[in-house]
Amino acid sequence: MKHHVDSVRSYVGVWIALLILTFTTVTVSHWDLGEFHVVVALLIAFVKASLVAWIFMGVRHSAKMTRLFVVAGLIWLSIMILITYGDYRTRAWDYQPQPWAQTGGAGVVR
Amino acid sequence: MATIAQEKPETAEQVNYLNVSHTWKSWLFTTDHKRIAVLYLISITLMFVVGGAAAVAFRMNLLVPEGLFSAETYNRLFSMHGIIMVFFFLVPSIPATLANFLIPIMVGAKDLAFPRINLLSWYVYVFGGLFTLYAVIRGGVDTGWTFYAPYSSTYSNSYVLAAAFGVFFAGFSSILTGLNFIVTIHKMRAPGMTWSRLPLFVWANYATSLIQILGTPVLAITLLLLAFERIAHVGIFDPNIGGDPILFQHLFWFYSHPAVYIMILPGMGVISEIVACFSRKRVFGYNFVAFSSMAIAVLSFVVWGHHMFVTGESMYSSLAFSLLSFLVAVPSAIKVFNWTATMYKGSVSFETPMLYAFGFIGLFTIGGLTGLFLASLATDVELHGTYFVVAHFHYVMVGGMVMAFMGGLHFWWPKITGRMYSEAWSKFSALLVFVGFNLTFFPQFILGYLGMPRRYHAYPPEFQVLNVLSTAGASVLGVGYLIPMIYFLYSLKYGEKAGNNPWGATGLEWQIQSPPVTFNFEETPTVTEEAYNYGPVEEVVG
Amino acid sequence: MAETAQPSVASATHDLEAEASHLRHHFATPEQQLDASTLGMWTFLITEVLFFGGMFTAYTIYRFLYPAAFESTSQYMPVILGGINTGVLICSSLTMAMSVRSAQLSRYKSLTTFLILTMIFGATFLVIKYVEWHEKWVEHHVPGFNFQYPEYPQYFYHAQILFFLYFCMTGMHALHMVVGMGLLTYLLVQSIRRVFNSSYFTPVEMIGLYWHFVDIVWIFLFPLLYLIGYRK
Repeated sequence: MKHHVDSVRSYVGVWIALLILTFTTVTVSHWDLGEFHVVVALLIAFVKASLVAWIFMGVRHSAKMTRLFVVAGLIWLSIMILITYGDYRTRAWDYQPQPWAQTGGAGVVR
Repeated sequence: MATIAQEKPETAEQVNYLNVSHTWKSWLFTTDHKRIAVLYLISITLMFVVGGAAAVAFRMNLLVPEGLFSAETYNRLFSMHGIIMVFFFLVPSIPATLANFLIPIMVGAKDLAFPRINLLSWYVYVFGGLFTLYAVIRGGVDTGWTFYAPYSSTYSNSYVLAAAFGVFFAGFSSILTGLNFIVTIHKMRAPGMTWSRLPLFVWANYATSLIQILGTPVLAITLLLLAFERIAHVGIFDPNIGGDPILFQHLFWFYSHPAVYIMILPGMGVISEIVACFSRKRVFGYNFVAFSSMAIAVLSFVVWGHHMFVTGESMYSSLAFSLLSFLVAVPSAIKVFNWTATMYKGSVSFETPMLYAFGFIGLFTIGGLTGLFLASLATDVELHGTYFVVAHFHYVMVGGMVMAFMGGLHFWWPKITGRMYSEAWSKFSALLVFVGFNLTFFPQFILGYLGMPRRYHAYPPEFQVLNVLSTAGASVLGVGYLIPMIYFLYSLKYGEKAGNNPWGATGLEWQIQSPPVTFNFEETPTVTEEAYNYGPVEEVVG
Repeated sequence: MAETAQPSVASATHDLEAEASHLRHHFATPEQQLDASTLGMWTFLITEVLFFGGMFTAYTIYRFLYPAAFESTSQYMPVILGGINTGVLICSSLTMAMSVRSAQLSRYKSLTTFLILTMIFGATFLVIKYVEWHEKWVEHHVPGFNFQYPEYPQYFYHAQILFFLYFCMTGMHALHMVVGMGLLTYLLVQSIRRVFNSSYFTPVEMIGLYWHFVDIVWIFLFPLLYLIGYRK
């Protein structure tokens, strides 16, 4: 299996991009984005992680099976988080709070 | 001139992985997957006996409606039974023993990809087992094998941490095994051994390994969070201080539901092998069976909420989980149909492995169908937490998985040890197991339907007859498991020597000597035929 | 088998015979061994994704349930230190990648140098992390140990959950860093002995994958734990 030796330029380029994105995410956290706050933060983090994986970890050169494994891992992580979140997110859709339910517990309408 | 040692009258024994060295170091520091499989076999048998002893005890308790022991004691007994049987017997059973032994041989390799990690996985298992046995000796855990918070995290006075850490380590053992199998199956196949020529046992264990690596880490972190809660009372699962016990259940079942498929898939793989051999016919619908294993592995991860229908889970979540749970039954059913189609117009014989396979097919089907009762929201509301659930999972796990394990053990015993066991005794025990099993667990379906709750040390008097039947069955079942231990041990010394292929089966493992040499093959085989190439029975050259 | 160094080659090929000296008996070829190691490491990293994923799930749920309480915690988070640490890890990933590259080119001195730099960055991260934790201890923000939240008493319990997740996740991450430092020490020793070269650098590459993964975990931890609230 041939091993590609990446150029120093590509590594330094990613390094600079990562530092800029870090600076960006801190800066953006000072803006009032309301609900999109976490979306933007996660997007930036995802881009950073992708750069690390693609260039530093060599996924751009790797075999298809490796990429499949990486994607599978991400899908499974999403399954766990999204479906669990889905439960909590959809509880309020039908939920009629009882008089005896106190705030402070999980799943109660805030 | 050196004196030559007197040769025994019979031919000198051929060198194999068992007799190549007898020192304890050669066993405890071995990297030979076959020896590690034997080490595992001994360990899990020990754990099975401990877990079984707990069952004997609590079934005794259930002979009388008021119970023989206190509720406290009873809770500890069923919890230890569950923890040991699930994590220390069922999860590792076939993968760590039969698959560990067979997969390298079945793919045509000299060993697994990472032999030292294989050995490490056994030590980690033993380490976890010691933690759990410590918990047992000190009085056990009373939370149930499900460790539900906040009881386990805040209120239980039992050895939760010890048991949790024991399970934590057992989990890592499972992850290491799964990792090893995945890399082995991907990278160590012999020339010509394409994916579509792999025995279905390998496919089944591959699917199992995927579940092991994707699910078990979540169990690990969940137990750690539980431990932190128990130690520091940080509030992660305690509703009094903002925590959510349902979150524990989500995280716990995210692993534990796929775990049940970790437990059953290897068993299904064994059945494929046995049914093909004793029908003298290739498995019907090979592609469907292989694909079903993968489908089960994937779908198993999106159904966990069916354990939580009555917890306050959102209605929409429950609907989705219910539907998906019905879907996950489909690939299992496909397999059952394929096995029966394999037997159709085959030349069926009734050696002991095949008896266990028949038992599996029938009992697993009952267990699987009753699972659908539980997957259906309306009926689950009534049946959750009753003996119906207990009967359901024992039908799939014991009627299914343990029978498959027994079948596999009988099928490959000649290969592993080079000896045959007594066919008469083995058939007798298989019968005892079948009768004992059904007598134990069928009454429990009725009990559950009638409303008897599980995990209760006492019950209303009207349920006594069924409970007594169940305990009687358990005694028969126990004997049925004890007898094989005796005749297997006996066969090691006095059993008839098995040739390379006593069953006339196909597969690379039957083409090498029994027991195999340490590196399995004299030279790497080249595979040119599909699996299960059952034509007329030929003399196989060892 | 003499190992030939191949400096400055655009794409280095594994000299398969030279790697035979590291070939384990159950593998047929060095290529198979390398393939197996790579797949093995990636599989292991996937288990780590799911392992950390459990904590991310807990975080997701509690942030959804208690958004205001979680937002209130950000003002107590040392964003400067956290930001510096993020930068430190990014630098360590660069030097780690450069180490692998040096090994691929049989550049022994630069391999050793970059490994040492990676370790320095790693150690810096751990020191800064210790400073952060100590700060939290002093401020009574360690759950279970006299936790106090005087400015927002209504968020006391829910903020405690966030702080617990903070310690749990950064702690688990730090533990992985410590293991990584151990692995780097092993690599350093081996690199000084000139074990690695263009024909055989598998351990460097594998441990590099691990190190980058630990960096990726931090890339997510930083915004989720430190930058929750809209900071004025």
